[in-house]
Amino acid sequence: MTDVDITSKTMDGMGPHGVKVGLLRVLGPAHVWALGVGIVLVGEYMGWNFAVGKGGAYAALIACWFAGILYTCVAMIDSEVTSTVASAGGQYTQAKHIVGPLMAFNVGLYLVFAYTMLEAANAITAGYLFSVVATMTGHEGELNQQPFIILVIMFLAWLNYRGVLATLTFNLVITAVAFAAILILFLSTSGIVGEGIMDHAALFEGHELPYGWIGILASMHFGLWYYLGIEGTTQAAEEVRSPARALPFGTLAGIMTLLIAATLTWYVCSGVLPWEFLGDGVNGSVAPLFDTARLSGSTGLVWLLGFGTLFATLASANGCINDASRAWFAMGRDKYLPGWFGAVHPKYRTPYRAIVFLVPIALIFALGAPLDQVITFSILSGLLGYTFMPLNIIMFRRKWPLNSIKRGYEHPFHPLPAILLLSLCGVTFFAVFLGYGTQLVAMIGFYIVVSLWFHFWRYRFVNRGAQFTMPWPKPQGY
Amino acid sequence: MDLWNWLEYAAWALSAAFGLHMALDWLRTDSTYSEDVLTSSREGELEAMAEEHRVQS
Repeated sequence: MTDVDITSKTMDGMGPHGVKVGLLRVLGPAHVWALGVGIVLVGEYMGWNFAVGKGGAYAALIACWFAGILYTCVAMIDSEVTSTVASAGGQYTQAKHIVGPLMAFNVGLYLVFAYTMLEAANAITAGYLFSVVATMTGHEGELNQQPFIILVIMFLAWLNYRGVLATLTFNLVITAVAFAAILILFLSTSGIVGEGIMDHAALFEGHELPYGWIGILASMHFGLWYYLGIEGTTQAAEEVRSPARALPFGTLAGIMTLLIAATLTWYVCSGVLPWEFLGDGVNGSVAPLFDTARLSGSTGLVWLLGFGTLFATLASANGCINDASRAWFAMGRDKYLPGWFGAVHPKYRTPYRAIVFLVPIALIFALGAPLDQVITFSILSGLLGYTFMPLNIIMFRRKWPLNSIKRGYEHPFHPLPAILLLSLCGVTFFAVFLGYGTQLVAMIGFYIVVSLWFHFWRYRFVNRGAQFTMPWPKPQGY
Repeated sequence: MDLWNWLEYAAWALSAAFGLHMALDWLRTDSTYSEDVLTSSREGELEAMAEEHRVQS
């Protein structure tokens, strides 16, 4: 530390001056909000409605709120820990400092797989949207979606490569448009502005809970879709100007936005579309908000929700590239993966090798794997990450109680949110097992195999002395 | 050939351009800077510096 001076023009430790090259601290709370909400909002535009198919409209609402509780716990726990462990890698870095190397390696892989798979799913969806627009505008025959899928991934990777500020400012604008589109659709179709077109009572009559209580349980699987990815805000930790303020502020504002957006989405769509059509996301309503806009009879709403769907898809893919590359970069920097991945671009100050390395992986999944399998792999990796969080916060509070480290945010009612989160994760694992038991078992098998590889081979290369960087006191009991 | 056929070609061309730009810049960066500089980022460095920082008069 002696060769750097933060006030110096040439040796500030943050620039391409031949001394040190690090990620750039340029982001504010709005960028953190855009990162979290941007990744998730596509789930409001499509995907959540499979929960209706599993258990009916009421089951989807109950799943929406229970998943909302799960993710509120995630957001509160993440806000506390990451305002203290403010480094790229997010939950990977938290696990490294609080639990141990094997947990950190697994959590890092959960993050990279969850975000890369979600990026691939978003690119597939964007390709599909282009083909729908082509058909609507009179294109004859089948549009080749491949060039549009590849363009989405290449353009967003290029944007991420060129700098984090432009990347997340772009996300802020398109996410705000997509969220505003949901609000405008609600105001226009509910009767608050103009004439309402909703008829919940008639649509629900006789179909309140078509599959009973087990339907509610089954719908929890897709209930996650309303909020999946909000925990990605932590990946911006090393690039925000004020981690202790911006991360909790952006994350908690993000979950509040999503709770509103999810409930409004359910209310608008279930009041206009019959549940059998709404619940079939393949042959029925692929994009329920867009379908609701089409039924409103307003051309303006159709265009707005059309752009909203495309923007939400792009924002999600963009945020996923940002997050997956930070997790991969952080693991490289600690030598959990080859140290070569821990490089930062001297001009753009981005983890450029991690960004470029993940491009072909996303392309392979986007062009070669079916959408539902890609989404399921993403959900399962995310769910394993959520199961780690309650254990993480309980260990964090035990080892470093409130009076030992200053936190940017202290979440209330500990350990209640941790216990609630763990219980809801258990319920969701069972729900996923009902529909995708084989994939769940296969994926856990995969993580066991890579854990063995890490334990018996890779761990010898890890930078053991240099990986614990936080200026914390010794943990209690050690 | 309608507009969408042209857009398909444009999408291929733009994808290639973005990919090529990243690849060339990557090669140029790796050949300009030493590996020590490129991988010199350290976790938590800024916080540590802020703690040690003294305002100079």
